[in-house]
Amino acid sequence: MSSRFWQTLRLGLKSLLLHKLRSGLAILGIFIGVTAVIWLVAMGEGVSYQAQQQIKDLGANNIIVRSIKPPSDATRGGGFFMAYGLLRDDYDRMVANIPTLLQAVPMREIRKEARYLDKVTDVRLVGCTAKYLEINNLRMSRGRFLSDKDLERADNVAVIGDAAAKVLFPYENPIGRFLQVEKEFYVIVGQTEDKTPSGGIGGSLAAQDYNLDVYIPLSTLRWRIGDMVATSRAGSREGEVVQLSQITVTVHELAEVDATADIIKTLLQKFHPVVDYAVTVPKELLQQAQVLQMMFNLLLVLIAGIALLVGGIGIMNIMLATVTERTREIGIRRALGAKQRDIVSQFLTETVVLSATGGLLGVFFGFLCHPAIVGTRAVMRQLFPDVIASLPSNIQQLEPRIAPWSIIAAFLISVGVGVVFGLYPAQRAAKMDPIEALRHE
Amino acid sequence: MKMAARIIDVHKDYILKGGIVVRALRGISIDFPEGDFVAIMGTSGSGKSTLLNLLGCLDRATKGEYHLGGEDVSKLNDNELSEIRSRYLGFVFQSYNLIAQLTVVENIELPLYYQGNISRDARERCLEMASMVGLSDRLDHRPYQLSGGQQQRVAIARALVNNPHVILADEPTGNLDSATGEEIMQVLEALNAAGKTIIMVTHEADVAARAHRTVRMRDGMLETHTPTGALN
Repeated sequence: MSSRFWQTLRLGLKSLLLHKLRSGLAILGIFIGVTAVIWLVAMGEGVSYQAQQQIKDLGANNIIVRSIKPPSDATRGGGFFMAYGLLRDDYDRMVANIPTLLQAVPMREIRKEARYLDKVTDVRLVGCTAKYLEINNLRMSRGRFLSDKDLERADNVAVIGDAAAKVLFPYENPIGRFLQVEKEFYVIVGQTEDKTPSGGIGGSLAAQDYNLDVYIPLSTLRWRIGDMVATSRAGSREGEVVQLSQITVTVHELAEVDATADIIKTLLQKFHPVVDYAVTVPKELLQQAQVLQMMFNLLLVLIAGIALLVGGIGIMNIMLATVTERTREIGIRRALGAKQRDIVSQFLTETVVLSATGGLLGVFFGFLCHPAIVGTRAVMRQLFPDVIASLPSNIQQLEPRIAPWSIIAAFLISVGVGVVFGLYPAQRAAKMDPIEALRHE
Repeated sequence: MKMAARIIDVHKDYILKGGIVVRALRGISIDFPEGDFVAIMGTSGSGKSTLLNLLGCLDRATKGEYHLGGEDVSKLNDNELSEIRSRYLGFVFQSYNLIAQLTVVENIELPLYYQGNISRDARERCLEMASMVGLSDRLDHRPYQLSGGQQQRVAIARALVNNPHVILADEPTGNLDSATGEEIMQVLEALNAAGKTIIMVTHEADVAARAHRTVRMRDGMLETHTPTGALN
């Protein structure tokens, strides 16, 4: 039986080789479809992997509470000072009342100008604690990060982000230099490594670029700058009073995240009649991102499926032509004792050989996805640097990731396409009247 | 006498579009004893092709019986008829009807392939048949590399490979020049001398004369039924 299968396969190949161009074109359709499936899924996986990685950077065990500016008529205090957001009391209450809490890291950020001699740049001045480095997955390239002692003594020390350092200290080591923010000078004790900016995730977490940060102790920020930030705009002065910009709460176990987030919300509700904060749970974002990715993948597979469908129709077309052309051969075979199912299996074998060959080629090219995309991007960058620069960062840095399931699925679908689209021509061949077929010229 | 094939009161009607009934065969009975060599003659439209198709199990009679090697095959379905063709019948066509993409030996092998027999014995039997028709040195040739006479020899080898009850030849010399036609007739005569039953359709009187007897057909009926000697 199996030797008969090989015989059928061998004869099928022989017939296909008789029309190399025709068979090649049929294969091409499936090949393109399969390659499209693998590439599109790989790109989708790449994009969502980036997003998930960014969310994981936020820490699955973390709950991020941020101050947000409420509508202007609903703020605490009066006058032109708008007071809102998280309070130091909130922080204390969290530490005191949440049993599952491992740590809570408060932070205050303000946009400021930083100077060194004649160089000026806008930075994000971040008042934080020593834990800030770890929870944001930052790394030091030079010197050290802020220590508990710095906080205790409210020293005028600063750690500078990579891009800010490059602007202010293009040719020198920033360690030990004095950085000026408003009237105060801070000794630079460290520099962080370059960190790829994260894309924005969800409403409450905007895109973050850590490279233009300057970190100082939270206590120093409180004493030297204070809670109030005044801005003058078009003749009128406006001010904001914000005690803390963000509190990052970490729990021991992943399972405690949801309950802890609920406690935090309850705690904050009590003392904030106006909602001037947002609670973000990276774990939820991660789950959302995974659902989103699934839908995205489904869409891509659908698109690629259309490519495969078109390929299948191409194969069917060619097989129908082949069947018509080989009517006489079918008649001869029937006269010599071929049953209808022999004819079906003969033509079906040919179609499946075509589609499976296309599938295998597609899988092979599918594996070339990474070099192909990286190469294309490099060429595009040479030819059209502006176009590339204007693309979003997650496309610029897209690293396709081949999903093993897509390889298997694409190949199986290609074989399936062969069977589905081969069946009709094969049955048409088998149903022919042998006498008519023999008479066919 | 043992019968290779016999048909009893066979009718065949074709229904054309529009419901017109064409009565191609109107009650034919013939016996073909084993070792017979019959020529069927008749003008076109006389029903000789229809008769040959019925004898070849490519078609079924509207009415009547057909016994092949003692078995009634007139009620069999398409699948069973295919089986009968591959086991008990050999075909030789006017235009050889070899399959272009297959070699000589693969063409000869086909009936055995459809019997499900692709053993080493089967391959040896094919080689035996090829040497019998004098093509041992052309086994790997393709049909287009052979002359018409050689192609018809391949077809005869193919018709013999399953050791059939009956060989059906449809104008076997129709596409050949007279010298090559003569060669083919000699091959058929030799087969008949070795005991094979041959039923041949032809419209050439001198070809028909090589058979033991001639059956003439007209308007779907047998006209005459003569022993060969009478024609000479």
